[in-house]
Amino acid sequence: MNSYHQFTSDTRRDFLTTSASGIGGIALHHMLSKELAANSPKQKILGPKPHFAPRAKNCIFIFMAGAPSQLDLFDYKPKLNELNGQKMNADLLKGKRFAFLQKESAVLMGSPRKFKQHGKSGMWFSDLLPRTATCADDICMVRSMHTDQFNHHPGQLQMQCGEARFGLPSTGSWINYGLGTENRNLPGYIVLTAGRGSSGGATLWQSGFLPSNYAGVRLRNGSNPLLNLENPRGLPNELQRAGLDALQSLNKTHHRTNKDPEILSRIANYELAFRMQSAAPELVDLSKEKMKTLDSYGVNRALPKGGGRGKGNGNAYADFSRNCLLARRMIERGVRFINIIHASWDHHSNLNQELEFNAGMSDQPVAALINDLKERGLLDETLVVWAGEFGRTPLGENRRGREANTGRDHHSNAFTVLMAGGGVRGGLTYGSTDEIGWAPEENPVHVNDFQATLLHLFGLDHERLTYPDAGVERRLTSITRQSKVVHELFT
Amino acid sequence: MKVATAICSALIIFSWAKTNAEIDFSRDVRPILNAHCTKCHGGIRAKSGLNLINKESVFSASESGLIPIVSGNLEKSELISRINHTDKEERMPPKNSLKKEQITTLNQWVKEGAKWPKHWSFKSLKETPKKKQTIDSIVEENLKVSKLNRSPIADKRTLIRRLSLDLLGLPPEPEEILSFESDESDDAYERLVKKLLSSPHFGERWARHWLDGARYADSDGYEKDNNRPNAWRWRKWVIDSINSDMPFDQFTIEQLAGDLLPNATPEQHLATAFHRQTLYNREGGVDAEEDRTKRTIDRSNTTASVWLGLTLECAQCHNHPYDPISQRDFYQFYAFFNNTDESETEVTKGFGDGTIKVRVLQQKDRETYIFRRGDFLQPIKEKGEILPLAPDSLSPIKLSNNNKLNRLDLAQWLVNEKNPLSTRVAVNDIWYRLFGKGLTEQKADFGTRSSPPVHLGLLDHLAEKFITMNWSRKSLIKYVVMSDTYKQSTKRRKKPAQIDPDNKLFHRQNRFRTDGEIIRDLFLSISGLLKHKIGGPSVFPPIPEGVAEQSFAGSFKWKTSNGDNRYRRGMYTFFKRTAPEPNLITFDCPNANVTIAKRNNSNTPIMALATLGNEVFHESAQAFAKRILSDKSCNDDQDRIKSSFVLCVARNPSPQETNEIIKLLQKGRSYYAVNSEEAKKMVGAYSCEMVNDNETASWITVTRILLNLDETINRE
Repeated sequence: MNSYHQFTSDTRRDFLTTSASGIGGIALHHMLSKELAANSPKQKILGPKPHFAPRAKNCIFIFMAGAPSQLDLFDYKPKLNELNGQKMNADLLKGKRFAFLQKESAVLMGSPRKFKQHGKSGMWFSDLLPRTATCADDICMVRSMHTDQFNHHPGQLQMQCGEARFGLPSTGSWINYGLGTENRNLPGYIVLTAGRGSSGGATLWQSGFLPSNYAGVRLRNGSNPLLNLENPRGLPNELQRAGLDALQSLNKTHHRTNKDPEILSRIANYELAFRMQSAAPELVDLSKEKMKTLDSYGVNRALPKGGGRGKGNGNAYADFSRNCLLARRMIERGVRFINIIHASWDHHSNLNQELEFNAGMSDQPVAALINDLKERGLLDETLVVWAGEFGRTPLGENRRGREANTGRDHHSNAFTVLMAGGGVRGGLTYGSTDEIGWAPEENPVHVNDFQATLLHLFGLDHERLTYPDAGVERRLTSITRQSKVVHELFT
Repeated sequence: MKVATAICSALIIFSWAKTNAEIDFSRDVRPILNAHCTKCHGGIRAKSGLNLINKESVFSASESGLIPIVSGNLEKSELISRINHTDKEERMPPKNSLKKEQITTLNQWVKEGAKWPKHWSFKSLKETPKKKQTIDSIVEENLKVSKLNRSPIADKRTLIRRLSLDLLGLPPEPEEILSFESDESDDAYERLVKKLLSSPHFGERWARHWLDGARYADSDGYEKDNNRPNAWRWRKWVIDSINSDMPFDQFTIEQLAGDLLPNATPEQHLATAFHRQTLYNREGGVDAEEDRTKRTIDRSNTTASVWLGLTLECAQCHNHPYDPISQRDFYQFYAFFNNTDESETEVTKGFGDGTIKVRVLQQKDRETYIFRRGDFLQPIKEKGEILPLAPDSLSPIKLSNNNKLNRLDLAQWLVNEKNPLSTRVAVNDIWYRLFGKGLTEQKADFGTRSSPPVHLGLLDHLAEKFITMNWSRKSLIKYVVMSDTYKQSTKRRKKPAQIDPDNKLFHRQNRFRTDGEIIRDLFLSISGLLKHKIGGPSVFPPIPEGVAEQSFAGSFKWKTSNGDNRYRRGMYTFFKRTAPEPNLITFDCPNANVTIAKRNNSNTPIMALATLGNEVFHESAQAFAKRILSDKSCNDDQDRIKSSFVLCVARNPSPQETNEIIKLLQKGRSYYAVNSEEAKKMVGAYSCEMVNDNETASWITVTRILLNLDETINRE
């Protein structure tokens, strides 16, 4: 049983991936000469081959950390409204655990939002996402998601890394490991954040046991998006270049004596770093975008009043819009995987007002992103995902010491994710939950099934994309769980 | 080239096979079973009652009444008839039949008596043959089989730099280089080794290795990730213990069970903070008992990984898929740590000014049950209470005076001479630090899937030495670095590189990039900025804006240190689990969430951006230029280039290298001559007396490149 690692170690030629095990001297020489001559940033680099024909090439994974309430956004439950204020069937609560909710006295809580069907497909959305709803026929909605975790950090780890354990690579790391990069001048896995930090922090985009060149690189807001991108003060570009020329020449001299191929990798990486110095600022420079585009995403939107936890520092509305637009620019430049992370969907109380604020932040730019990708012919090869780490309870949260139920607790049994593009069927609503939205009724999709499906869209078999760690061939999905690809979601 | 490599590897395997005609179970048979059979007939699923991990299951009747393997009898061995079966429905494995050679191997194995020996790493040391050997004699013997010889011994300057980096994590100072080079006495090298081993920085360097396994950090982890302001007390304990060369057995016992020692001292209580390094989840909705269970599981897994080289974690939910560790074994091991509580103890603050509370362990009896699928809410009480016990496949733990085994018994068992596994794991770790590569195929894996290492003889030799040296870490390190095998050059030679491309036979030394903390130490040391203080609270050197904000809800503030604390060694940088210092993470420092046996050693453009542009690295370049320009022993460019080159890589530059550097220096001069304002910015706070800023700026363009040399950040 050869691991993917062994299988690809000879064929791997991608540029962010020049680790010790990989490349022989001759290949690198070849790469170097090609590399120095290259001027087109987006070019297929001889990466590893997928297992079968891919539908998607790139992914924008919009991660709404904290767990958005599916019952107030997507999963329309008139029966729940009817039963508002009543106790629920005690059998369902047996063995069920919550973060704060007192299950003995909890009562069901209907949704105050208005739901409507949209598009030709008649997909349900609440009135909180009017613009996203206009994309209904491009969106594939899975309402029967479930996970094993009901606390944030463990849940976020399971959603991003497959299991609620530390030291595992995230989805973005796996996909880059599996397919390599298509941009010579930018990292293959980029993370954008808006608002305040998530529970998982940097653990959500770590490469785990995969080499660190597969870790997500977080772009900061502002004109210097990558850490250490600028030359030191007082050093002009011409002296940066002259310094690198000297460095490369000295390193090559040393390579002639020592013959360690890692020296050649180092040379290549310094060249790449130099190109990143101009490519990354170009990436975040929105001055050439049309005003119409900027407005469609809401890049210059003002921050509305309210918001509570969702507000974070600065203008979360404008930052999130900008992140969505940046994600499209990255797709154009061949960045393989983009995580847009926004934390603060953890609405234990004050749900109606705070969810309205967050939904308002997400609605316009996400719709703009889908439409923009579509207009540019990029949606077919770009998978857009909108998801949290779990769902929220149909029960109102009656936390001790609080008078009114104004929120919902964490719920691992059922939640909803959205996908668009990348080979998924637009207009499809897949899976359903019971009449109060407690648990999946039809076609349950476990987080690991979702991940197996996502990899499949990229032409990767989740059982074959493996890497040896401590004697085990690890993969994105849990090795002890039989996970399935949900083929019904595909075009 | 690829073809040549393949042929050569094939040659090695071929020559190996020829000299070992008899089938070797671990080398030849187990890999076939693991690859093709154990998925259905293993620890997780034992279809038809057959578990090919378990010897008993293989040699006794399965559910069908047939016996899978009957020694020496092909006809009666059901497994053999099934892999050869002509009927597709009956043939095993059901999808992909075994290859001809694989079937032949299994047939021959059964014919030869189907030997199922103990796994190599579980065998006691004395079961393996013992001769009068040295490191060099064993390595040479193995090289001879492949018709290879050792590499020549590296030159003295390479050796002193290598030793300094390996033992202290610091580059040698120019005076030390010169004095070693000119010392022609026979014991010059040995005296250098002794001197380095007695340096207080030795404890710092080797403590940092130990912290990787201990998942040390300065915060709780998880969402809240609260700071742990006193975590460093335990780090200091590790540094001190290593500096005083506390024997490894005592080092083990105190950390796992210091609290249970008779008349335990405050220091021995403090030592148990090894297992207080676990993450602690303070999220609002966390069930306290669940989190305690998680920490207990982590303690069990970490102990197994650090001391036994085994991955236990699979067995918390089900029998181990390929190691002979059952779910019951896991909970027996877990019970040692389940009978433990977290507590605090008081230690002196230092200089007799009162005491301070630190987090430690204490004994507390609890009932342990197997959890169904690892879920703490589902204890399987029908299976009875689980008492602390070692895994069945390892040697048993002796019951001391108590009627129930405790952590102290466990710790003593780990470092008992009769338990060869932890000794092998410990010496392999030391070898790995000195060669950049362990003696086993995968450093962290001593489980039954691991094939016996080519250098099993060497591993056992070192293990025996370690015991006869009374577990002295310094003595064993000295023994290894005194060998010619260690002293070899790293230069690649054509023929050996083809025959042994991965240097499995140690036909040369390995060349590798230094660890993340050490890169910082190198830059600061070369520039003269490094401020030494052994131990003490973690420090906050400058970090880029926006990093600390990654932690939950922006609750963490990075209060940048002033004065000397800006320039301390990398190992003292405050480690926040959810917002770690980016330079450390960029250079593969562990994230401290799980135990780590081996760091990655990657090579990325993000690293290049850091060492070229990050504040601390650029400040080092500035200070380095000032150091060189203020050196009164240098008279001209040539002198200065030579001197700075030696500071970085210990050797003198060649004329060609000097020319390359002068060329760069001149480019700097011509730019800054007409851009004095830029020069001022480039020089920053590092103006030199009597030297024009234009000149200093030009030198900074040089020093930053010398610091970035591949040779500077590598250990050769």
